[in-house]
Amino acid sequence: MPASEALARARADAADLAAQPARMEVRELNAHFGVVHAVKDVSMPIPEKRVTAVIGPSGCGKSTFLRTLNRMHETVPTARISGTVLLDGQDIYAPAVDPVSVRRHVGMVFQRPTAFPTKSVRGNVAAGLGVLRSVGERVDVDERVEEALRRAALWDEVKDRLDVSALELSGGQQQRLCIARALAMNPGVLLLDEPTASLDPLSTEKVEDLVRQLREDITVVMVTHNMEQAARVSDQTGFFLHGELVELSPTSQLFTRPGDTRTEAYITGRFG
Amino acid sequence: MVDEILAGPPGEAEGPPVEPAQPRVGIHGGGFGDRIYSGVITLSALCVPALLLLIFWVITKAGWLALHTFGFGFLTSSQWDSVKQQYGAAPALYGTLVSSFVALVLATPLALGVAIFLSEFAPAWLRRPVAFLVDLLAAIPSVVYGLWGIFVLVPFLRSWVMPFLRDTLHLGATPFFSGPAYGPSMLAAGVILAIMILPYISAVSREVLMAVPRSQREAALALGATRWEMLWGAAIPFARSGIAGGVILGLGRALGETMAVTMVIGNRQEIATSLFAPGYTMASLIANQFTEATSDLNLSALMAVGFVLFVVTLLVNAGARWLVWRTSLETSI
Repeated sequence: MPASEALARARADAADLAAQPARMEVRELNAHFGVVHAVKDVSMPIPEKRVTAVIGPSGCGKSTFLRTLNRMHETVPTARISGTVLLDGQDIYAPAVDPVSVRRHVGMVFQRPTAFPTKSVRGNVAAGLGVLRSVGERVDVDERVEEALRRAALWDEVKDRLDVSALELSGGQQQRLCIARALAMNPGVLLLDEPTASLDPLSTEKVEDLVRQLREDITVVMVTHNMEQAARVSDQTGFFLHGELVELSPTSQLFTRPGDTRTEAYITGRFG
Repeated sequence: MVDEILAGPPGEAEGPPVEPAQPRVGIHGGGFGDRIYSGVITLSALCVPALLLLIFWVITKAGWLALHTFGFGFLTSSQWDSVKQQYGAAPALYGTLVSSFVALVLATPLALGVAIFLSEFAPAWLRRPVAFLVDLLAAIPSVVYGLWGIFVLVPFLRSWVMPFLRDTLHLGATPFFSGPAYGPSMLAAGVILAIMILPYISAVSREVLMAVPRSQREAALALGATRWEMLWGAAIPFARSGIAGGVILGLGRALGETMAVTMVIGNRQEIATSLFAPGYTMASLIANQFTEATSDLNLSALMAVGFVLFVVTLLVNAGARWLVWRTSLETSI
C-alpha cells in the first residue's frame, strides 16, 4: 500500500475513533502489586463498538491494565489502585459501586479456557445467568444460551451436544464457550486477555473472526502478544512498556507510522 | 531387516562379523547391581499386598467355622450366646453402620464449614493456628476420647441433649429419638466418632479447596459472581470429588474405630431403632469378647466378625479409590 494511501487511511480511522463516544475512559490510572508499580499514569479512551488492542512485551502491565477495567485486579491480595475508570461516565472505583455489578457489565475472557469442568456445555453458558436472576432480571435460560452460543459462533458445532461435559470440547471450542459464557450476560464491554495464546492457528482465526463480529454490538478490549492479531482485528492499539502507555493510535497508523521510537523498535522486532 | 541395517552396508554383510569394540549400550537391563537392586525393591513392593492377602486369608480361615456353621444367618441373627453356642453379628454390623452414618451426618457439614472458612474466609494470620488446632484433634488418643466421652459427653447428652431432642423438639414421637435417656448410646458413639473424624474430612476438604485453580475462581468472579456464588458455583463443584474422598476417608476411620466407641456405646447385643438406646459395633464386640472366648466356635465367630468388618472397610476404601480416580479423570484438562 502506497504511503499516501496509508496516511489517508490512518487519518480516516483517527476521525472515526474520535467520532465514536467513549464507552469507557481511563484517567491517570495507577495499579500496584505489593511494591511493584504495574501500571503507571495511564489515560486512555475506549471508544464504543470498536476493538481496542493492547500490545507490549511480557510484564509490561498490559494484563494488569485490563484487569483494572472490571475490578478483577483487586481480587489479588496485595493489589492497590488509584485513578479513575469511567464506564458510561460513572467511576467504577467510586465507593458506592459494587465490584460485582461492574463485572456483570464488563465481561472477561482469560488466556486459557476456563470452562467449569463439572458443568455441561449448556451449564457453562448459563453459569452466570443465575446471578442475573438473583438480581431480579427475567431470563429465559434456553433462549439466552442459544443466543450466546450463536454470537460466539459455536452453536452449529455444539447444538446437538449441549448436555455433554464442557471438557469434551476442543481447546478452541472451550475458549469460544468461555466467550459465549461472558456474552450470555449481555455485557456492554468485553475484555479479552490474550484469548488465543493457547490455541492453534485455525481456532485463533475463528476467535479473530468472532471478535470482528462482536464489534457490531459491543466494545472490545483485547490484550495480545501477537502484533499481527492486533493489526488484523483492532481499531486502535495501545503500546505498553514498563507499565506506561507509550502510544495510543489508530491501528492502521501505529503499525505503519508509529509516533514513538520505542513503539517502532518494538513492532519492528528490535526488542520484546 | 533391522539387523541387516544395523550390521552396515550389504557389501560387508558377507564378510566375517566384526566384533564391536565396546558392547552396545542396551536400553534394558544394565549391570548386575541394577538387577539385584530391582529385584530387592520389587520384593519389598510385593510384600505389602502379600501381607494384606495373608491377613485376609488367616481371618477367613479362622472365621470359616462360624461362617460355615451359621451361614448367612451370621449376618442376620441377633443372638450372641456362648452357652447355647449361637452367634449372630447383626446388632454389631447394624451398630457399626449406624454409628458411622450418624458420625458422617454430624461431621461432614461441620468439617466442610471449617474447610471453607479456612480456605476462603479466614484472615491469613488465623488460618494456620486454627488449621493446626483442628488437625490436632486427630492426634488425641482414642482412649482419651473415650474417657472424655464417659465423664463429659455421656452425662451431657443424658441430662441436656436427649431430653431436648425428645421433649422440647418433640422428636420423641419418631422412633429414632424415643425411649429413656440412659446415656451410653448409639448417639453418644456417633457424636464421639464425629469429633474424631472431623479433622480428616476437614483437612482433605481444605486441601482440595485450596487446590482449586485461581483461573476457575476468577472465571466465576468475572461473570459477576459474589464470593459466595463463586464458592458454590465454581470452587466446591470443582473440588466435590475430592471432598467426597475426604468424607469416605472419615467413614473408613469411623467404621474401624474401637476404643472410644466401646467406652460410650453401651455394648448391648440388640438392634434398637432409637439412637438413645445402647448398641454395639463389630470392633467393640471383638475388643470386649476376645479374652472370654473359650470355645472354638466362639473364637471363630469373633474372627468372622473381623472378616465382615474387614470386607466392609475394604469396600469403603475401594469406593474412595474409585472416586479419587474419577476426580483425576475429570479435572485433567
